[in-house]
Amino acid sequence: MESTADDKKKVEAGPEKEEEPETQGEFSYRRIWRHTVLLTLMVSLAPLVIMTVINYYQYQKALTAEMIHPTSLILSNSKRSLEFFLAERLSALRLVVHDRSLGSLCDRDRLEDSLRNVNTSFGGFVDLGLIQKDGRQCGYVGPYELAGKDYKGQDWFREVSLRGEYVSDVFMGYRGVPHFVIAVRHDDDDGNFHVLRATVGADTLSHHSISLDLKPTSDAFIINRDGILQTPSNFNGEFLHKSKIPVPPFRSESQVVEQHDAAGNPYVLGYAYVERSPFIVMMVKRQDDLLTSWLALRGDLLGFLLTSVVLIMIVVFWSSTLMVNRIRRADMRRAEFVHNIEYTSKMASIGRLAAGVAHEINNPLAIINEKAGLMKDLVGMTEDFPHKERFLKTIAAITKSVDRCSAITHRLLGFAKRMDVKLETIDLEELLKEVLSFLGKEAAYRNIQIDFHVDEEIPSIESDRGQLQQVFLNIINNAVAAVDKDGHIDIWIEKRRDGQVRVRIKDDGHGISRENLKKIFEPFFTTKKEYGTGLGLSITYGIVQKLGGNIEVESEVGKGTSFIITLPIQVTKF
Amino acid sequence: MENLRVLLVDDEEELVETLAERLEIRGIDAEAVTNGEDALRLLLDYTFDVVLLDVRMPGISGLEVLKLIRRQRPNTQVILITGHGSAEDGENGMHDGAFDYVVKPIDIDTLIGKMRDAAKKSRESVRP
Repeated sequence: MESTADDKKKVEAGPEKEEEPETQGEFSYRRIWRHTVLLTLMVSLAPLVIMTVINYYQYQKALTAEMIHPTSLILSNSKRSLEFFLAERLSALRLVVHDRSLGSLCDRDRLEDSLRNVNTSFGGFVDLGLIQKDGRQCGYVGPYELAGKDYKGQDWFREVSLRGEYVSDVFMGYRGVPHFVIAVRHDDDDGNFHVLRATVGADTLSHHSISLDLKPTSDAFIINRDGILQTPSNFNGEFLHKSKIPVPPFRSESQVVEQHDAAGNPYVLGYAYVERSPFIVMMVKRQDDLLTSWLALRGDLLGFLLTSVVLIMIVVFWSSTLMVNRIRRADMRRAEFVHNIEYTSKMASIGRLAAGVAHEINNPLAIINEKAGLMKDLVGMTEDFPHKERFLKTIAAITKSVDRCSAITHRLLGFAKRMDVKLETIDLEELLKEVLSFLGKEAAYRNIQIDFHVDEEIPSIESDRGQLQQVFLNIINNAVAAVDKDGHIDIWIEKRRDGQVRVRIKDDGHGISRENLKKIFEPFFTTKKEYGTGLGLSITYGIVQKLGGNIEVESEVGKGTSFIITLPIQVTKF
Repeated sequence: MENLRVLLVDDEEELVETLAERLEIRGIDAEAVTNGEDALRLLLDYTFDVVLLDVRMPGISGLEVLKLIRRQRPNTQVILITGHGSAEDGENGMHDGAFDYVVKPIDIDTLIGKMRDAAKKSRESVRP
């Protein structure tokens, strides 16, 4: 038994081995296993992954829409509310300027009366001033000293003169309070016009943007068309300074768009241009709000996917292994069956040949025997036969050789006849010694010592003599091949407590590697390269099983190998 | 005991001739033939105490010759010669009435012993 590794291992014969049988050549079970696993995993995982990805994007879309819709709704309301607020204030001014004559509006008391009235009805007005066509303010009531101020040449005055109304940006007034200006033009009957101008507190604007019910991560504010913040903002810049968010393009309806800030973080921007004013209502929602719920959902989705993948993989691995093992076992059994048939037919042919040879040799042998006998008779009868002693010795040598030849033909015929299963009572020691007589010559040439250790009272067993001889011949032959010159082979015949008989054949040869040890009973496994058929131990295993016994092997590289054959006293199954 | 008269039948001429000569040396009257037909012809004219008969022969086989002898000369005892592989033939022959069998190569002393026993039986059966 040739080998290279160095672990000690005990194996019991059988086809159930984890390793791939390399003796199967190109037919690789590991490859079948790999293909099965890959294919099954692909078929089962691909739809799952595709479904999860689709779900993932659909949920994402749905959640985004869910966030955009309310934002859009709130924005529209906010825009309408602010437009209404401004229209209301402008209408109030129009009512005043329409209702009163130029003269009465230039009168401070009358104008103060009007300011009180509009504040009572609408609120938010800080002052009122009447400006004549030439830009001079003829009447003013309010906290500033603006009576007589000349507005001619100022932008706002030009604009109100042309468009009929005006709403200014928010700015800090003289008192350091933010406000904005609204103004209306009134055309007189004589073709002249005058303008009623009022200052409104900027805090009124805030009510229309900040009133939005927002989460702490969101922001709502108003900017003008230059991007200057008209109301305070939580995160997007200082009041009356440039907003961090650029001015969005003009749209008549409110818009909600997804954008990314400078750091690349996504946010949802809602905006609405307020008609007849420079104001744009802005609303910024960080996606974190959305993400909290989205992340939870995404976690669930990914968790589901991972759990499914792991479960599917376990099932696929397990079932593929099971299936491939079954295929392999079935193949093994089939191969073993075929090999047995082949072996039987091969042995039958050898048997016929051996029988023929034995018969043919036996007849000339009988003649030699008789001729030698006759010579002995004749020499014996002649008193003064020259070289009588030498002749008799020579004849004795011939007769002895005839006996040896006869023993060989006897054995040949004996083996040839052992193809049929025949139960008989067997003395194991005698049988083993008979087997050894076949191998005795080779063992003697190489000075291999073979020792018998036989327990007392070993019972005779009932079994098939020929088959058992085949078993022991195989194993002892292997042992003789494994040991070096001057090696030892020990044979124990032991009685076991359960009544079975155990034969242990131990050699101090090369030993068998752990890897090879697992395959040694497999058909066609051989380490003898071109000399071995790889059938010997496979058939040995089959015979021992058939005779109701058991065969085990223990080996340690460099120390030797033991074959342990346990046989029942009586064969109960065939 | 009177001289034994034996007929040797084997297709190996060298074997039967030599065996006959050796038996003659030992004072046994031995006749050798190489086939069943010759043996049966001789048996018609002469009486033998024992017939030594090879089981496997071309032409009429030893076992057939045995059956004919048992029928025609029931007093003549037959000892069969078999090879190692055909010991069953010898045993079968004994069922068919052979006195005994010997296995090739033949040990002359064993053979003579068996022949004497057979002749004894043969002569006993002749006497009432």
